Amino acid sequence: MFGNLTLESFQHDMMQDMAVYGGLSTGLLVLLLITYFKKWPYLWKEWITTVDHKKIGVMYIAVVLIMFLKGVADALMMRMQQAVSVGDSQGMLSATHFQEVFSAHGTTMIFFVAMGFMFGIMNLIIPLQIGARDVAFPFLNALSFWLFTAGAMLTLLSLAIGHFSVSGWLAYAPLSGLEYSPNEGVDYWIWMVQISGVGTTLSGVNFLVTILKMRCPGMTLMKMPIFVWSALCSMVLVIMAFPILTATLLMLTVDRYLGMHFFTAGGGGNPMMYVNLIWAWGHPEVYILIMPAFGIFSEVVPTFSEKRLFGYVSMVWALIVITILSFIVWLHHFFTMGASANVNAFFGVMTILIAVPTGVKIFNWLFTKFRGRVHFTSPMLWFFSFVLNFTIGGMTGVLLSAPPVDYQVHNSLFLIAHFHGMVITGVLFGFFAGFTYWFPKFTGFFLDEKLNRHAFWCWTIGYLLAFMPLYMLGFMGATRRLDHYEASTGWHPLFVMAAIGAFIIVAGATIQFIGLFWSIYNRKKNMDPTKSLFSNSSGLNLKTGSMGDPWNGRSLEWATHSPPPIYNFAIIPTVDQTDPLWAYKRGQLKLFQGGYEDIHLPINTPVAMYIGLASLVFGFAMTWQIHWLAIISFIAILFLTIYRLSCKNEHETISAAEVAKIEKSYSQGNAA
Amino acid sequence: MTDPFLVHHTADPTADTSLPDPHQDTFSKTVLGFWCYLMTDCLLFATLFITYAVLHNNTFGGPSSKELFDLSTAFLETMILLASSVTCGFALIAAVKGNNRNILFWLAITFLLGLSFIILEIDEFRHFVSEGHSWTTSAFLSAFFTLVGTHGLHVTFGLLWMGVMFAQVYWQGVTIDTFRRLVLFSLFWHFLDLIWIFIFTFVYLLGVI
Repeated sequence: MFGNLTLESFQHDMMQDMAVYGGLSTGLLVLLLITYFKKWPYLWKEWITTVDHKKIGVMYIAVVLIMFLKGVADALMMRMQQAVSVGDSQGMLSATHFQEVFSAHGTTMIFFVAMGFMFGIMNLIIPLQIGARDVAFPFLNALSFWLFTAGAMLTLLSLAIGHFSVSGWLAYAPLSGLEYSPNEGVDYWIWMVQISGVGTTLSGVNFLVTILKMRCPGMTLMKMPIFVWSALCSMVLVIMAFPILTATLLMLTVDRYLGMHFFTAGGGGNPMMYVNLIWAWGHPEVYILIMPAFGIFSEVVPTFSEKRLFGYVSMVWALIVITILSFIVWLHHFFTMGASANVNAFFGVMTILIAVPTGVKIFNWLFTKFRGRVHFTSPMLWFFSFVLNFTIGGMTGVLLSAPPVDYQVHNSLFLIAHFHGMVITGVLFGFFAGFTYWFPKFTGFFLDEKLNRHAFWCWTIGYLLAFMPLYMLGFMGATRRLDHYEASTGWHPLFVMAAIGAFIIVAGATIQFIGLFWSIYNRKKNMDPTKSLFSNSSGLNLKTGSMGDPWNGRSLEWATHSPPPIYNFAIIPTVDQTDPLWAYKRGQLKLFQGGYEDIHLPINTPVAMYIGLASLVFGFAMTWQIHWLAIISFIAILFLTIYRLSCKNEHETISAAEVAKIEKSYSQGNAA
Repeated sequence: MTDPFLVHHTADPTADTSLPDPHQDTFSKTVLGFWCYLMTDCLLFATLFITYAVLHNNTFGGPSSKELFDLSTAFLETMILLASSVTCGFALIAAVKGNNRNILFWLAITFLLGLSFIILEIDEFRHFVSEGHSWTTSAFLSAFFTLVGTHGLHVTFGLLWMGVMFAQVYWQGVTIDTFRRLVLFSLFWHFLDLIWIFIFTFVYLLGVI
């Protein structure tokens, strides 16, 4: 009846139980509060059923915040374990639990924090930057979000029911095969990654078509903002890389469920094939994450330097070269597998080559600041920390790309320090900068600048304290994923230092959480002064009424209200250059031509959420091999899809008169 | 009724007032999006093909492709699928002409051809398994069943899609929406045909050499 699910699956050690009960009670409290304040109709109407890209973006970030808490807690547990589990002391985690923790940390951070944050920001900003009213396929967008959420919820479920995978965030075969990982952990991992991965693929298609087809008149490819370019390159990578992940997971699935022999040790299987395939996806995945962060910095730096981006064309080509190179370097993740020296040399050289376009970008940002009017706002602070630490991280990457060096430090903490330099100071700091930068755009008020600065210093100092020791430890021979080591190694002080760094990072993250809620609570005080006023008296088109342009921005997302109305732009803008708003504010460009027209928008639907829910049930049922439930939920997914495709009228119309009314209410400053 | 194919290809996209947004051409957006999806699917198959290429000699004491494959079945399957591509094309021509009855007729023929392809494939699989050569026998057979089976699953979804299209054309006729879906379906069906050509060449033909 319940497959492999038994009562024992609900029993854990005390620490995990505490986390589960804590999470459950918090969740219950939130549900109770929503019920008490009678907010269910509001939530349902405005959020759960929405197909509006701006709201979907906010929901992405809300889910990311929850997953981020979990990921950070995992990281803290690892750092604490390694700080105390030396010599006679065994620390507080069992070896198995430690393995679960590091597997969960990587999976959560990459799939549900970094990817979610990226899609959140892209949802919020891309349609605005290209002067569009929505993404190409609004329903598909909502579906992607709910599939992502289903994957995230499955991760949380694994905390309460059963165990997580113990085979690392990439589940290397044959360890992840049935023979060595017989319990449900790897199945959880497979389904959470597979379900959210399908959502990611759909998002990739969606944003690619959005960028290619929905740019406003005059915005040729070489006049797009660099963030849009970076998203375009990133989405091309999504479309090319995620199918490999889907296929690889499919093969791992049939290995485990049907007794096949793709990656098993016996039966003629080839585990090395798994490692090749997973990195043929995994390496582009890293660039999928980092390129939008590059794009964000390319928006932040010109705005806060009051200067056009230096070397626009070289920036675009650097992105394209990175896109191409990212597909021919995957083998550098396993030089030690023992491919021939020539193969290793090829992949080593290709890897070193990536430093060239990346260097081009770094210099372009620096030259953008040169002789600019640099404002030391918190997005810029993130940028400064990024430039310094990302360059150090990149240099260590170049070291690692030389096969002989790699043989020495492969799978050591040196590697861990390197890639955390990439994903923390590169990806995460980039998203923090973008989040702070665009926050007034989608809310109408600022994040608390003072708290942001505190958070920034905590993160930067914490990062250096937590990861510089890991470089040293790597050279001293400490491998990754150690739950215990001997005192004679002399590693203990450095591990303690790293743990202190982790605590400082957690302090930074806490300040950010507090800052977020404090800013929302205090929003009247932090209101964007340009939210509903004319920000600039010279050359403003009266037709657009108010503007939300607090940073003296350059691109189109600042050419509409904050938060933008449901239709984004009352009049679709027309552009003729890369910095249209900048030119518009100087009277060099007529951004809005013509009058109001009827606007057609897709109507809300709960079907996307239902499909997400059915996918969650399907993933859970497959994990525990509850066959009847899997079949029912699969049929439900099919039925819901067919139902959606048979609906006729998916659009509503906002008449020109209504648009005029909404715009007028904005200019009077009393809109929501 | 007006010719939906022409409606979507006139220079002035506002000519058709039933388009949800005259600024945004749903037809071309959706077709491009579907092409992108097909490319993701293509890469999924590419991954399975590569894995098959790597593993196809790992027979682990089981039969090799040379001992196992029977070209006549595979050839018959190929012909049936190719024929179904032709009939699918006829259905699309009927859609352009707005002839509902012909669409339904050719869809039905395509469906029957697709169904017989699936039946033949299942029969082949059953034959292999009954001789004791299942997917658990060796890595080669795992890769074979997964590659060919994934294609078969796609064809099965195509059959389901055809069923839905049959119902939609029957009740709604050729509208902007059903026409677009017929175009997408035909892209999907031709794509599956193409993948099968690769399977026939690389798995069956090269397999018996």
